[in-house]
Formats: sequence, structure tokens, C-alpha cells
Amino acid sequence: MLDVLTVVTGVAALLLGAWCGWAAYRDQPTKDWHFIGMAVVTLLALAQLVVGIVQLARGEKPEQGTTIFVAYLLGAFACVPAAGFMSLGERSRWGSLTVAASGVVLAVLEVRLYDIWGG
Amino acid sequence: MAATQEKPARTRLIGGPGLLLVWLYGVMVVGAVSRSVYQIATEFDRAPLAYALSAAAGVVYGFITYTLVRGGETARRAALVCCAAELVGVLTVGTWTLVEPSAFSDATVWSDYGMGYLFIPVLLPLTALYWLRKARPEQQRPAS
Repeated sequence: MLDVLTVVTGVAALLLGAWCGWAAYRDQPTKDWHFIGMAVVTLLALAQLVVGIVQLARGEKPEQGTTIFVAYLLGAFACVPAAGFMSLGERSRWGSLTVAASGVVLAVLEVRLYDIWGG
Repeated sequence: MAATQEKPARTRLIGGPGLLLVWLYGVMVVGAVSRSVYQIATEFDRAPLAYALSAAAGVVYGFITYTLVRGGETARRAALVCCAAELVGVLTVGTWTLVEPSAFSDATVWSDYGMGYLFIPVLLPLTALYWLRKARPEQQRPAS
């Protein structure tokens, strides 16, 4: 369950990154559709956070330590919304590029999460 | 509030490309600080030098983020100095880890020029230096 969510969130983050990168390339700011995309990715990360905590509560142990695991889950959840809010104040291509960067960073976090959990 | 009214012309450093810079610096702050806090709290004796360096990197990143968000000429100059220091730090520690790996029992944020962080630690100061020099206020340029 957690591994599936990790992979899905990582792929969705990369897609979001490519989409917003495309918008930046075309010199466009983030639009409503982009924010819906960010919301979807954020919901995936939230689901992952909840599932991860439930797994911990059940007594399962991440391979590389519980503290690191929870820290990465929180970071993954906060990553895209933080960039989304920043892009609200910057109505130019640079807002889009910031969100695109957040997608790439989230994908990297997912790879790390996969290793930390020991999937 | 009064201060902002007196000086409305404080150079904004987080417009355009600066926004991306601030975001990436924010990521590095979270990465470096949380990592070093965890490692210093749990296993400091294993690699004191590496963890102390990570903590120092986190502090530098935090200060640069703050100056970028704050804006203004003083902040711009402070950020320039810090980015230069950061670049020197990355290059020194990066070379050090390659030449004498035995000095570090564990990786730091700046090991191998920040390879574990997609080389962001070495690319970020270069980009920031370029951006901060470009953001120099108009009146300092020679009149043509």
C-alpha cells in the first residue's frame, strides 16, 4: 500500500513538474488547472502521510529509522503547497518554474522515502 | 509599518528568478538543518566534523534565505558575501571529501560538491551570485 502510494506520488510529482515547466517555457503563470494539479499531488502526499503513520502505529518499522521516515513524510507533504503559495504572489513564468522545481524535489523525496521504508 | 513607508524603494529580491532561488534555499535550509539536528542529537560522536559542517551549512542557508526575503541594498550585499562564502565552503568541503575521505566518517550536505542533493549546493550559489549582481540598484550604474 505504502509502496504503491510512494510510486504514484512520485510519478504524479514528475508530471506536475513537467506540466508547470511547460507553462514556464511558454511564459505563462500558474493557472487554476495547475492549482488543481498541485491539490491532487498534495492529496496524494497527505494520503501517504496518513498511511505511513498508520503503518507505524501498527508496529511496523522503517528500515532507516522512524524519525527520518516521519520527517520525510512531512517534508513531502509540505513541498508542493509551499511552492504553490509562493507562485500565487509571482504572476509570471518564474512562479510556474518554482512549482515545477517543487515537483522534481518531491519526486526525489519519494525515492528517498522508498529507500527509508525499505521497500 | 512606518519603516516601509519611509523607504518604499527597498530592492525586492524575490521577484522573478529570485522566487525560485528563495524556494530552493528554503529546501536546503530544511534539508541541512533537520539533517544536522537529527544527526547531532542521535549520533554526534560518529562523525563530529561532518555533522558540524552540515549544521554550519544550514545556518548559512537560513541567513541567505532571510536576506533574500527581506530585500534591500544591505541585505543584497550581505547575501552576496554569504553566497560567496557558501561557494567557497562547497568547493572546499567537496574537494576535501574527495582528497581525504577518511576525515569524514559520514556524508555532509556539501560532500562531493553536494552530489547527494543533485548538485544544488554548488549550482545555487553561482545562480544566486549572478542574480544578486543583476539586482544592483539603478543609481549605482555609471550614467551614460
